[in-house]
Amino acid sequence: MAALIQAHTLSKIYNRHQADEVRALSEVTFSVEAGEAVVLQGPSGSGKTSLLSLIGCMTRPTSGQLRIGEKEVSRLPEPFLARVRRETFGFIFQQLNLLRDLSVLDNILLPLYPADLKTAEMHSRAERVLEQLNLLEKQRMKVAQLSGGEQQRVAIARALINQPEIIIADEPTAHLDSTLSKELLVILEHLKKDGKTIVFATHDPYVYQHRLVDRRFSMHDGVLRKAE
Amino acid sequence: MSARLKILEHALASMARRKQKNFAIIAVYTLTVATLASILFLTQALRNEAANVLLGAPDLVVQRLLAGHHDLIPKQYAEQIAKLPGVGKVTPRVWGYYYDSLKKVNFTLLGVNDASEPPLLAGHLPTSGRQCALGRGIADTYGVEIGDSLVLVDSKNRTLLYEITGLFSHQSSLLTNDLILLPEAELRRFFALPDSQASDLAVQVYNEQEVSTLAKKIKHQLPDTRPIGKMEILHTYDTVFNWRSGIMLTIFSSALIAFCILAWDKATGISAEEKREIGILKAIGWETSDVLLLKFWEGLAVSLSSFLLGTIIAYLHIFFFGAGVLGPVIQGWSVLFPKFDLTPAIDLYQIFALAGLTIIPYIACTVIPSWKNAVTDPDSVMRS
Amino acid sequence: MLLNPGILALLLGCSLAFAMLLYAAWLGLRILSRWDPQSSSEAQLQLERRTYLVSTLTNYAFSFEILSGLLFIFTLEDIHSLFIGAMCATGTLNANQIGWLVLLIKIVLFFTAAIWVHFNRLDQRTEDTPLVRPKYLGLLLLTPLVGLDLLLQYSYFTGLQPEIITSCCGSLFTLGSDSVASELAGLPVEPTMLTFFLAAGIFLILLVLCLSSKLALFRYLLFVASLGLFFVSLAAIVSFISLYIYQMPTHHCPFDMLQANYGFIGYPLYGGLFIGCLYGLLPGLAQLLPKTLSLHIEIEKTERRWLLRAFFAIVIFLLIVAGPILLGPFILLSY
Repeated sequence: MAALIQAHTLSKIYNRHQADEVRALSEVTFSVEAGEAVVLQGPSGSGKTSLLSLIGCMTRPTSGQLRIGEKEVSRLPEPFLARVRRETFGFIFQQLNLLRDLSVLDNILLPLYPADLKTAEMHSRAERVLEQLNLLEKQRMKVAQLSGGEQQRVAIARALINQPEIIIADEPTAHLDSTLSKELLVILEHLKKDGKTIVFATHDPYVYQHRLVDRRFSMHDGVLRKAE
Repeated sequence: MSARLKILEHALASMARRKQKNFAIIAVYTLTVATLASILFLTQALRNEAANVLLGAPDLVVQRLLAGHHDLIPKQYAEQIAKLPGVGKVTPRVWGYYYDSLKKVNFTLLGVNDASEPPLLAGHLPTSGRQCALGRGIADTYGVEIGDSLVLVDSKNRTLLYEITGLFSHQSSLLTNDLILLPEAELRRFFALPDSQASDLAVQVYNEQEVSTLAKKIKHQLPDTRPIGKMEILHTYDTVFNWRSGIMLTIFSSALIAFCILAWDKATGISAEEKREIGILKAIGWETSDVLLLKFWEGLAVSLSSFLLGTIIAYLHIFFFGAGVLGPVIQGWSVLFPKFDLTPAIDLYQIFALAGLTIIPYIACTVIPSWKNAVTDPDSVMRS
Repeated sequence: MLLNPGILALLLGCSLAFAMLLYAAWLGLRILSRWDPQSSSEAQLQLERRTYLVSTLTNYAFSFEILSGLLFIFTLEDIHSLFIGAMCATGTLNANQIGWLVLLIKIVLFFTAAIWVHFNRLDQRTEDTPLVRPKYLGLLLLTPLVGLDLLLQYSYFTGLQPEIITSCCGSLFTLGSDSVASELAGLPVEPTMLTFFLAAGIFLILLVLCLSSKLALFRYLLFVASLGLFFVSLAAIVSFISLYIYQMPTHHCPFDMLQANYGFIGYPLYGGLFIGCLYGLLPGLAQLLPKTLSLHIEIEKTERRWLLRAFFAIVIFLLIVAGPILLGPFILLSY
């Protein structure tokens, strides 16, 4: 069976042919199997985030091929990238990127708005993830009124609402204390058990040394290597 | 619920969260619509009043000109005109103006001599010497009702008392508002008019298409007269009202431009917070077209609420508060008339024109800024 | 020049729409010159994003152009009282030679703009956007038409002289003069009625055939039938439909039915006809598009909706036409 994510000589250059040209990724080739948890480690500015946003279909590579499941996405027009993003990926960002003055429920439902789903279906999905993350009682509260840990769980719930195959987490523990980091990884471990594929970018040893991680890559100046 | 409606719901929710920003634009938008709508409603109402007035007007009025101004017309002219083929009844009319220096208003005094009751009259027409019927405006000016007396000073400076026997109702007050009806004989005494002459002649024409031909014939036979057709008056009124409101609208266009600049500015200068939100939406799977739809709904909500609010304000302003702000500008000639209330008259056409003049500029000003926001890079939230 | 609010709104709106289209056409030209779907470069991405701006601008501009037809008629109705002898919009249109030309362009714009918007939507749903080139070429052709519309409208309105005595609908659509309009009014009722219902019948039969079969021929035939039905219906409205609506044997005006006196019945009537014919034209035109797989799939998905819309619109139109003929007290055929 083919790997779930297949990248072949992916390059990303920002501001090409200009004075401030930045080569964020050069010729990255790697693949991730379904159900795997993979970590990209490396210092900030090494290209981790660029690689994650390429994999997550947020932007297109300057050159190279990228295959998500059966679909070649490296040349897809934006609206179809958005569709792949919506249907395949769940994102957990470094900043939580929640809309603070919306309720928990509204935040979680946001990714479903553009999809043509029945209202009942939307709410049953929301109920499922809220229950999974122990947020059912808080669903009417505004995000701003929640504690840090609860907000973290809302962000995860939002990433799960569209039932993604792949979860992308960019420095998920950067703003968390050790208790919350622990809690997060427990949740992620559950998700991995459910069969989700997880791709992390992190330089937090607690994350990349965690038992749930299957493989580690290290990035440096846009070049990807297997980490020891 | 379809995706469109869900995005509408989100648009309304996010507007409610940014009340202050939206308040400013809605306030100015509303004011713009209200000003424009006031001009349109007032013009339309005046046109309607004029049309109502002319509905009962004679098909042809014949005046006599002396040295270029209106003069009394001999009664035998009436007999001459009545002999023309196609002419029905010719009625000599007696009327005049009366200025009350105390109240500083101008009235029209009209003589009546037949018993036919005009419509919209409460009570009855004056029959004997010291009786009169009034328009609403005059009754309000003096605070009198049926059964009270009206004091007038005649041309020989005698103070006369008239018993009020009839009162016109509000409808079509442009016609009756400043009107006092007296028996014709009494009116002649009042103004000291000779019995053989009248103010003008009302001519009934059987076939409407013949009016202009008859007017030509009358002018030919009686060269010192001026025949005026009903349609001529109507379309003169229309031209004048249209022209006046057009001038108002043109002057007003500077305000419209100011409003557009504000709309452009508001749409361009979105806050960092809003920009971040759009980034988040795009990152979690919204397409550019979804964000454009969101912006479209926002614009529509702003437009419709301002439009509705502005229209209602204008309606109240014109029809309940007597067009206090605009009235003098458009009415123009009638500042000396007693104040009158306009009958509400709005049609779909005005709403359409109003929408064309306000909503389209707003859309044109906001479309490029909203596109700029909508194409925010989805990975901007990851790179920040 | 008449400073009437409707005229001002029309000229302002059409100018803005034209300006938006000019900008969109300019963007379209730039997109055309550099479009390269094989490239994943930043420049191509920017072009793809610009296509949204072009679509949004043209959608707004074309929506206004379509609505402006209504506003145009409204305005003509409103200002007819300024022209001695004009009893309705027909009289205003006759006030100078350009009036009817403006109306014609507005009708042409309605169909072409609506077709563009629908094909644009089709194209945006495909991953390889095969219509980019034809679409922007079409935009480049339509923009001058909108400019012409604006120009003619301007010269029409500035050329209006309120003193001119115009022939109103009573005389234009009265039997006896030799204009095209009076020939329409003079068409014998019975054959016209027969032709009309025959055209409508053929249209509906072809529609049902298209719904049940994938044969391209039926779509081409439906295209022809839509065009036929459109013109036959316009003739029929002047010839006999108007008579039934006004319940008067000599009143042939096609615009009076838009007024409040007749319960605005003209709007659903014309709305049904225009929308029905538009959606009747689309499937045939779609057959002419480049036959890429992605586009083919999208056409298959949307075509049914077009056909159903055409069906319902024409049925509404026919019901409004047939209502007064079958139920009304007015009998024409015995004249």
